[in-house]
Amino acid sequence: MKSYTKYDPLVEYVLRSADNTLILGHRLSELCGHGPVLEQDIAITNISLDLLGQSRMYLQYAAQQIGNNETEDTLAFLRDGMQFRNCQLTEQPNGDFAHTIIRSFIFDSYHFYFCQSLKSSTDSSLAEIAAKSLKEVTYHRKFSSEWTIRLGDGTAESNERMQKALENLWPYSGELTEEDAVDAKMAAEGIGVDLKDISGSINDYRNNILERAGLKVPEKVFMHSGGKKGLHTEHHGYILAEMQFMQRAYPGLNW
Amino acid sequence: MSESSMLKRFEDKIQREIKIEPRDWMPDEYRKTLVRQISQHAHSEIVGMLPEGNWVTRAPSMRRKVALIAKVQDEAGHGLYLYSAAETLGTSRKEMIDDLHSGKAKYSSIFNYPTLSWADIGAIGWLVDGAAIINQVMLCRTSYGPYARAMVRICKEESFHQRQGYEIMLTLARGSEEQKAMAQDALNRWWWPSLMMFGPPDHESKHSAQSMAWKIKRKSNDELRQSFVDATVPQAKLIDLVIPDPDLKWNEDRGHYDFGEIDWEEFWNVVKGNGPCNKQRLEARNKAHDEGKWVREAAAAFAEKQATRRKDVQQKIAS
Amino acid sequence: MSNEKDWPLWEIFIRSRAGLNHKHVGSLHAADAEMAIENARDVYTRRNEGISIWVVESKYIKASNPADEESLFEPASDKIYRHPTFYDLPDELKHM
Repeated sequence: MKSYTKYDPLVEYVLRSADNTLILGHRLSELCGHGPVLEQDIAITNISLDLLGQSRMYLQYAAQQIGNNETEDTLAFLRDGMQFRNCQLTEQPNGDFAHTIIRSFIFDSYHFYFCQSLKSSTDSSLAEIAAKSLKEVTYHRKFSSEWTIRLGDGTAESNERMQKALENLWPYSGELTEEDAVDAKMAAEGIGVDLKDISGSINDYRNNILERAGLKVPEKVFMHSGGKKGLHTEHHGYILAEMQFMQRAYPGLNW
Repeated sequence: MSESSMLKRFEDKIQREIKIEPRDWMPDEYRKTLVRQISQHAHSEIVGMLPEGNWVTRAPSMRRKVALIAKVQDEAGHGLYLYSAAETLGTSRKEMIDDLHSGKAKYSSIFNYPTLSWADIGAIGWLVDGAAIINQVMLCRTSYGPYARAMVRICKEESFHQRQGYEIMLTLARGSEEQKAMAQDALNRWWWPSLMMFGPPDHESKHSAQSMAWKIKRKSNDELRQSFVDATVPQAKLIDLVIPDPDLKWNEDRGHYDFGEIDWEEFWNVVKGNGPCNKQRLEARNKAHDEGKWVREAAAAFAEKQATRRKDVQQKIAS
Repeated sequence: MSNEKDWPLWEIFIRSRAGLNHKHVGSLHAADAEMAIENARDVYTRRNEGISIWVVESKYIKASNPADEESLFEPASDKIYRHPTFYDLPDELKHM
């Protein structure tokens, strides 16, 4: 049984970004064909494709580090939940469009500063992936910020929905910038991002946008975490059940 | 200018292959026919996202996943280009979408069939997109300018769709026994509905003659269907899949394949709403639209607030 | 069926590369100009079709009337002296 596999720190670290982008990309892809307006359907799908593209680069790099015939596909489709390293925020369901936007806003505001900093990683593969991602993520952050403002400052109903989404999802915001031993080690070696370093910018950015949106930052919230270590919410298993169905039902085939 | 001289001018343009543009005079019936046809075409793209979208989250590899998402996204884009083309004729997108959601407007019946296995994604790309391309290539030369331009754009983008589908079928056909069976099963289920996509036979098609005269359509349903069969049979042979038609054979005299009788009763049944997924497709469209209502309203309200704020600032500066 | 109105319609113009004009490519709906630009980016430049986008709300476009076509455009057709081919020059003369 592959459960609770310990990867070496670099692989652990790469898988975090691989899985954040894979799982959020997957969630956004669920909306393809079901968006609130045709134009936004196309926009959300674009973001999903960006994230899945980023995930593939990270997965391929992780697979190369692990060796052992791992590929992007074995990593995406054959790991069990406890081997996934995405933060719990990314696996939360789409809910109404307010939840979709707030989830993206919380993630994108983190992801932007993360990629910006990872761009100067001493690991040239990671630096390269980050540089490429940053262009996309800059657009994602703009998109979700504008929609946060638009819906926060739209109608009474939209404001209420956005505030509710913020209350529901804020408890998952902490894990993104919570530093653990792997983060600390990678940062110390110049490979990874110093999360303490970017937290201030992330908070300032979020506060500014939320204020313009007329939304109140939830106070004294208990922050959930565990995703980075392979501990997920109940939603995660269903994502995998769907995503991995083909590889599980027909093992070892090419598609 | 009298109506009859305008009509003469219009027909003369059609005759000389000069495109009709939005603000040109056109007979009411031409306008109505176009709105009906273009909006149906747009609806087909949008509803067509659902059967394929059904496999987006279950695609078997990362490469297949991104290709499928990009393809389904293209369908959304194509629906959008077509709604835009129809809007130049004076019908709003809202009116068209309301007609779709109420069940008044039609869309291609093919999308009322379910996607039951991964091979169906291959079969749709290969057969359904293959059939659509034959129709769309013809429509690039349609007489209404905005429709023709939308079709040119669509045809350019669609060129990867059929290749994507055929590649999936090829991989399955060269794969394990169960993969091959999966591919054959998909072909069995999608072959006849694909032939039906070209619409009823020429002698029963009520809009065909007028549309041909106005060069909205440039080839008849049966002609297009025949080109599809002729193009597809060798493709099936190449990957050792068997087209489920015992009457299919090459006719040396005609220089075309003969093929069996289409079950038109099934076709009309699906058109009338009795296909396996008619209800689910419309429900899904309605659900997305209804759930998006507050979003659309909020964005409109925000835009209005912003405009007022800008005006206030300008007034303050001026005073 | 609701009383809800569509978002306004916008005409989209794309510059495909430096040195070329912005060219009309189609239209789309958006609540405001910012959204129109972003939607145009997602709808009309998915395959590297552009490097610059203009959006104009459709209702602000003023167009010539097709009925005036003859009086507007035909008078130019017999002014052949505006074109270089109108002028007879000896064949020996190259490059002019």
